[in-house]
Amino acid sequence: MAAPTATQVIEQYADQGYKAGFVTDIEQDTLPPGLNEDVVRAISARKREPEWMLEWRLKAYRHWLTMSEPTWPNVTYPKIDFQAYSYFSAPKSAEDRPKSLDEVDPELLATYEKLGIPLREQEMLAGVAVDAVFDSVSVATTFKGKLNELGIIFCSMSEAVHEHPELVRQYLGSVVPYSDNFYATLNSAVFSDGSFVYVPKGVRCPMELSTYFRINALNTGQFERTLIIAEEGSYVSYLEGCTAPMRDENQLHAAVVELVAAKDAQIKYSTVQNWYPGDMETGKGGIYNFVTKRGKCDGDRAKISWTQVETGSAITWKYPSVILKGDDSVGEFYSVALTKGHQQADTGTKMIHIGKNTRSTIVSKGISAGHGQNTYRGQVRINRGADNAHNFSQCDSMLIGDKCGAHTFPYIDVQNPTARMEHEASTSKIGEDQIFYCNQRGIDTENAVSMIVNGFCKEVFRELPMEFAVEAQKLLQVNLEGSVG
Amino acid sequence: MALLEIKNLHAGVEGNEILKGIDLSVDHGEVHAIMGPNGSGKSTLAQVLAGREDYEVSAGEVLYDGHDLLDLDPEERAREGVFMAFQYPVEIPGVSNTYFLKAALNAVRKHRGEEELDAVDFLKLVRQRMKLVKMEETLLNRPVNEGFSGGEKKRNEIFHMSVLEPRLAILDETDSGLDIDALRIVADGVNSLRSPDRAFVLITHYQRLLDYIVPDRVHVLVDGRIARSGGKELALELEDQGYAAIEQAARQGAPAAVGA
Repeated sequence: MAAPTATQVIEQYADQGYKAGFVTDIEQDTLPPGLNEDVVRAISARKREPEWMLEWRLKAYRHWLTMSEPTWPNVTYPKIDFQAYSYFSAPKSAEDRPKSLDEVDPELLATYEKLGIPLREQEMLAGVAVDAVFDSVSVATTFKGKLNELGIIFCSMSEAVHEHPELVRQYLGSVVPYSDNFYATLNSAVFSDGSFVYVPKGVRCPMELSTYFRINALNTGQFERTLIIAEEGSYVSYLEGCTAPMRDENQLHAAVVELVAAKDAQIKYSTVQNWYPGDMETGKGGIYNFVTKRGKCDGDRAKISWTQVETGSAITWKYPSVILKGDDSVGEFYSVALTKGHQQADTGTKMIHIGKNTRSTIVSKGISAGHGQNTYRGQVRINRGADNAHNFSQCDSMLIGDKCGAHTFPYIDVQNPTARMEHEASTSKIGEDQIFYCNQRGIDTENAVSMIVNGFCKEVFRELPMEFAVEAQKLLQVNLEGSVG
Repeated sequence: MALLEIKNLHAGVEGNEILKGIDLSVDHGEVHAIMGPNGSGKSTLAQVLAGREDYEVSAGEVLYDGHDLLDLDPEERAREGVFMAFQYPVEIPGVSNTYFLKAALNAVRKHRGEEELDAVDFLKLVRQRMKLVKMEETLLNRPVNEGFSGGEKKRNEIFHMSVLEPRLAILDETDSGLDIDALRIVADGVNSLRSPDRAFVLITHYQRLLDYIVPDRVHVLVDGRIARSGGKELALELEDQGYAAIEQAARQGAPAAVGA
């Protein structure tokens, strides 16, 4: 049978079904839908939280009541009824956490298998410690012993609240305050669980720390809360990857990630996001992904680097940012965002230069196909005292087909005359010429499209840790695969 | 049987006929030059043979090794051994030349029922061919054609050809935009690849390429038809007299071919 033409592949590309779509049948311990102070208290009680944690949640909840949903993002969706969601859901086994993977619900392990995430294999082969988040509560943590020896804490946020209250109280909300924005404030009130990482002074974390997120319960908002603290001269690389099963109702996700890097510390945070994007034809049912991620380079020469590959969700609203407070500190943002079907993404970064000689780099690659709408929104702000600050921004968009859109909103606010700003932007259409050139060398259209898109994203992929880069490329490839007719 | 047999080929773009009845026969191992003024349809012929979607064939047939070439998709033609060196080689940012070429070669090998080459064997082959066409190693790891000079791009095309080992190579104005040194390097590359198993169709506006690559046959294309064919001396005659005389004769309906 004849191989597809460029147009056909582009259409198939836009029509791609979702490969991670299935639902795991595990009993859920779920609160009824709705949000009020009693719900906040119930969440806190179920997690047996100390009083100060509950107070913090309530403060956030009361503030949230005074806020309204942001309307400035370049996305459209039906009004969210926040009372229609359930705000807590945990697997039953939460009461009695497994001591090892052998004790983990076999069905849960099977779910990971389906996703091609052989947890045990990873543990043994790749040396990755996995803090697996299934819905809202962590169910498996590995390699703890080894990390313990180095004084590294890697646990669930709930555990940290109990075991390391002094650290949580000091740092929670120190980068993203409870009052920060509508979704972050909601998260502060009802956050379910997430990861907590603490790397002590001078320690280089010897392995990539990794969490797989998975939204599973019907109509359950996911409110992950992650906090990573790197003390003076330390280094940590953290991987976050996620997929979600197919559902008919929109699922709300509002996570908060806070990073704190002290003097000479480095944090590398990498994300591959592949949540259910909604029905390809109608856009119905996908995840709403409203995320606040921010890092603070607190000390001199600190460095924070965000790398993200966003291929899923119906709506992505996400701006991983860096506050460059320490002198000579460095912020980086590398992003690939793919929108197809009816997906919408409004994503980018903020680089806030406060310290002297601070440097930031932004590389954003947006790919739109089908009816996808892709917006880059970035802000670079150079404060008055930030002498000799330097920013380099590069925003490239690629269009596949003629029903999609790419938009760029770079905001630049410079208050110090010594700043150096560089900005490059491009928009290209995946060329018939490029595809024909590949065809003429024997490469079929499907592989050609995948090759061209991967090439376009290369500057970002090379920032990812090795095994993640391979996964990300595979993810794009899968998304680009049409069912060859 | 000829390797390539074109019979009464009519083709155009968006209803506008450009090729108005081409007859051409290329035997195994032969080198044919297609010359002609701008707009005569030279490049269209190359594009139609390579399978460019934009061109519609309205009449005629093309047999390649006795099989209908026009029925095949561009990548199938490539895997069957049809190669076109582009007049304007396309840039593919972020995709290294070696990666691209390995994907291409393995697609061809798979089609032939041969095993795919691993990285080590591939590199061995590439090094050997690089020497043959005098490619600098630095061009291997750079993205396909990105930031290449005009000469480097053309040389890269010849290099691709040397690795893919086609049976029919169509060079579309490979000489255009080259200075004399670059032209010589490209021509040397082509000459080193001449073999009884490989036929060439050289499309060119200028005679000077044929000083370096001596053709078996020369055809002059005027207004979508082959107005004259002859041996290598025809090219020299054209250099002397230009295309005007042949164009005029063609318009007056003078006999077109001196035997195809």
